[in-house]
Amino acid sequence: MNIPGNLKYSRTHEWVKQDGDGVLIGITDHAQKELGDLVFINLPNPGDKVTKGEAFADVESVKAVSDIISPVGGVIGKVNEALLDAPESINQDAYAAWIARVEDVSGTEGLLSAGEYEEFLKKEA
Amino acid sequence: MGSYLPGTRDEQQSMLKAVGLEKLEDLFTDVPAQVLLKDSVRIPAGLSEMQAREEMERLAAKNTVFGTILRGAGAYDHYIPAIVSSVTGKEEFLTTYTPYQAEISQGVLQSIFEYQTMISELTGMDVSNASLYDGASAAGEGVMMTLTRKRERVLVAATVHPEVLNTIRTYCWGRGVPFDVLPEKDGKLDLDALNSLPEDTACVYLQHPNFYGLFEEAEKAAERIHQAGAKAVMGVYPISLGLFKSPGEMGYDIAVGEGQPLGLPLSWGGPYLGFMTAKKDMMRSLPGRIVGETTDHQGRRAFVLTLQAREQHIRREKASSNVCTNQALCAMTASAYLAAMGPEGMREVASLCYEGAHYFADELARIKGFGRTHTGEFFNEFMTGCPMDVRAFEKEMARRGILCGLTLGDRLLWCVTEKLDKGKIDHVISVIREVCGL
Amino acid sequence: MKLLFERSVPGRRTFILPGSSFPKREVPEQLKRKAAPHLPELSEVEISRHYTELAKQAFGVNSGFYPLGSCTMKYNPRVNEAAAALPGFARIHPLQPKDTVQGCLEVIEQARKLLCEITGMDDMTFQPAAGAHGEYAGLLLIKKYHESRGDSKRTRVIVPDSAHGTNPASAAMAGFTVTTVPSDEDGCVDLEALKAALDDTVAGLMLTNPNTVGIFDRNILEITRLVHEAGGLNYYDGANLNAIMGWVRPGDMGFDVIHLNLHKTFSTPHGGGGPGAGPVGCKKLLMDFLPSSSIGSRVFEGEMPHTLGQIRAFYGNFLVVVRALTYILTLGREGIAQASGMAVLNANYLMRRVRGAFTPAFDRICMHEFVLTLEDVKKETGVSALDVAKTLLDHGMHPPTMYFPLIVHEALMVEPTETESRETLDGAAEVFIRIREMIGKEPEKLHLSPLTTPIGRPDEVGAARNPRVRYEFSE
Repeated sequence: MNIPGNLKYSRTHEWVKQDGDGVLIGITDHAQKELGDLVFINLPNPGDKVTKGEAFADVESVKAVSDIISPVGGVIGKVNEALLDAPESINQDAYAAWIARVEDVSGTEGLLSAGEYEEFLKKEA
Repeated sequence: MGSYLPGTRDEQQSMLKAVGLEKLEDLFTDVPAQVLLKDSVRIPAGLSEMQAREEMERLAAKNTVFGTILRGAGAYDHYIPAIVSSVTGKEEFLTTYTPYQAEISQGVLQSIFEYQTMISELTGMDVSNASLYDGASAAGEGVMMTLTRKRERVLVAATVHPEVLNTIRTYCWGRGVPFDVLPEKDGKLDLDALNSLPEDTACVYLQHPNFYGLFEEAEKAAERIHQAGAKAVMGVYPISLGLFKSPGEMGYDIAVGEGQPLGLPLSWGGPYLGFMTAKKDMMRSLPGRIVGETTDHQGRRAFVLTLQAREQHIRREKASSNVCTNQALCAMTASAYLAAMGPEGMREVASLCYEGAHYFADELARIKGFGRTHTGEFFNEFMTGCPMDVRAFEKEMARRGILCGLTLGDRLLWCVTEKLDKGKIDHVISVIREVCGL
Repeated sequence: MKLLFERSVPGRRTFILPGSSFPKREVPEQLKRKAAPHLPELSEVEISRHYTELAKQAFGVNSGFYPLGSCTMKYNPRVNEAAAALPGFARIHPLQPKDTVQGCLEVIEQARKLLCEITGMDDMTFQPAAGAHGEYAGLLLIKKYHESRGDSKRTRVIVPDSAHGTNPASAAMAGFTVTTVPSDEDGCVDLEALKAALDDTVAGLMLTNPNTVGIFDRNILEITRLVHEAGGLNYYDGANLNAIMGWVRPGDMGFDVIHLNLHKTFSTPHGGGGPGAGPVGCKKLLMDFLPSSSIGSRVFEGEMPHTLGQIRAFYGNFLVVVRALTYILTLGREGIAQASGMAVLNANYLMRRVRGAFTPAFDRICMHEFVLTLEDVKKETGVSALDVAKTLLDHGMHPPTMYFPLIVHEALMVEPTETESRETLDGAAEVFIRIREMIGKEPEKLHLSPLTTPIGRPDEVGAARNPRVRYEFSE
């Protein structure tokens, strides 16, 4: 299972990476496998407020749509617009394909370490 | 009594036995006894096919079929080429469902792809959906597409067909978004009303030609709408597009309209065809079905329902529209019509409508009291006064087999299609003179 | 198969219209179209053959067994088509004077009376064009009702998790928020969950009964009573009316508003996805709010001061109503009940016959349709509901509805309808049994199906990633 040790994780299968004074957010390798071939992503707008535990984007496969839940609170600084043209890059490398950069971050407590996330996945299965 | 059941009484009994039951009633034991009907519903006994057909013929005979129709206002009496009904009468098309199983539905899917292409071409836009219910509901859906979190006000020109305007009003009331009507001036949208649009304006909807048949200052309107950061949505009469500028050429973001003129009979208002096209950047906001081209595993060209994650069966309460069943066979009708007409035929039909309507307006203007209400350029509809009581005029014309212009207050909204040549129009003029006692 | 555009030859054409008899008139330059649309240039024989070829690649009820769950693919009687083609219906302008459309008005009046009696409703509008459009109209009626009473806090609509996607989507379009209640182990409404969801912010409940797993909810009277007690209204989704007409009426079950799918229950053809018709019936308390046509209704019915407005132009898909009326007149009181009775018997018979091969999601008497779950098959063999559906295509049968309802995993939803004969059902059952044997022996083979259709499985991922939704002309 691909769970890099330098990231934090949410129970809704997002990863969080420290990036200067903000964080990058994406979905985990486990999540992309469950979702299957992704065909589109709906991104938020820079400047949008995000709330921990609430959806801020969604990804589409052919027959399903899934919310991406923000693992932290804050404000969207940047979004990865390259994903609009190539949503498949999430399937190819979920940890390189960041979705949004969040600033004024709050609520990072309670995020899981790589080890904890791995345990969580085992229990969920 | 025709019930279309192949099962004989014996078969029914043996099938009941096979599932371990004695009578049909045993299948309904989950229904609470106090609401289970003892002896069906209280409607008349069934008729034979012959009797049912006679009854429907009796009802149809109570209606007046007009040989000469000078009334439009949202439903148009155009000629329908014979090939059109032979295409749509094919039982495979008639009796199939939405093409969920692409492998056995290539015929239907390809026809929708062809429809999407032709309707995009006709309106000068990039993309089309597979159809909506009618022009008015397409307008309602079209304005809904433009809503964003910061912009949710919908503005509609007062010159839009009242049935369309009120449908948009209902759609806005449903979603709880602000709706306003922009004023008219001499039968056209007052362009000054576009100068200071509210900041939360999502879109402006106008109709071209409008309800009175007049061409709007559509290009200027689109410029001003865009200057305000809003989307420009246009309702169009598809026949006019054979000759007149398309919404795409005039810079509109979304075009919708009533597709009935493209080969569908008048049918007392339905089924008709709502069409919707848009610029490419709005493709994913389109409501309803969309067919796309792809390949199968052997590389053969294949068509499928695509971009389905927009739709209600996947997105549920987050879907921007609930459209499911649309008007597929009516879209196929329009396809067959456009294929039969071709680019030259579409130019010809638009030209006949335009020339005929202007000839009629000129002849009519020579009769006292039938002067045009407005001065603007028009396509094939125009409004006039009437020298006598309009209701009495309508009745007298109807007695002579002519459905005259639509009565609106003390005025008449006329329409001329290609079905009326010079000889027929001259006859209509002579009848009008007679009715008016001239 | 070539597209119309690939058959096009510049200069080729049909000859439909005469030349102009009018004085020539030039279009003002600023209004003139600059670029002609790329429409195909073809002769009539090419168009005719094109569509004949397309028809060979379409599968209708007339082509074979079509047990597509929740879609009620019954036979579409030909006499209905004959009635709809009568010039006295087809050639009537929607804004003709009232005394010239007495036949149309009588069609609507007859259909209204018959369908109100069949459903137990007091009034009905024919304006909605399809089922989802009917749901929308029905929910707007509920909205208008609460508004008219100044009850502005009722903003929630309750929908079971087994509902069609249109239900929550329609509720959102009508401005409601959706509360989803879970189903119990029978697939029916979980009464405790319903009670917990009810309060004075509930505008109404949307329900189909029998539900989407094909089971009649025995608690229906209690469910509708609970909603009424909380001040909400009950909406009946008529998608499954074919199970119960002539046996029990939604109005008697406690429903206040209902939509019908004339293209399902009342035998009008589906046309590849429409036109349908979604008339909405209601009880007296909602009658004043029914939709109207802004020009037409004034002529026919006078002012309607409390109408919710209109949701499309004119009065609905009239020719579809003509077909449905013809059907109801032919069936009559016995025929209506027999149709539902046989629809339910056919479903139970077919379920009984395939039960040895596949697992019914709910193993008990069903109504007009039943749901199989292939979860066990998938786990054991890797063969999915999709694989089985695609294999059915190779056996000349339209597959059941796949992956619906969402509460059943690997679902196949089978609705045979009443117009299928015992031989057809036996034949279909044998196909299911044979496919189950195939799964046992060579499961990998099913991933390759279908093999006999004009195309194999299409690349849907590619279609969605790089949408090509129209033909691109080269220039």
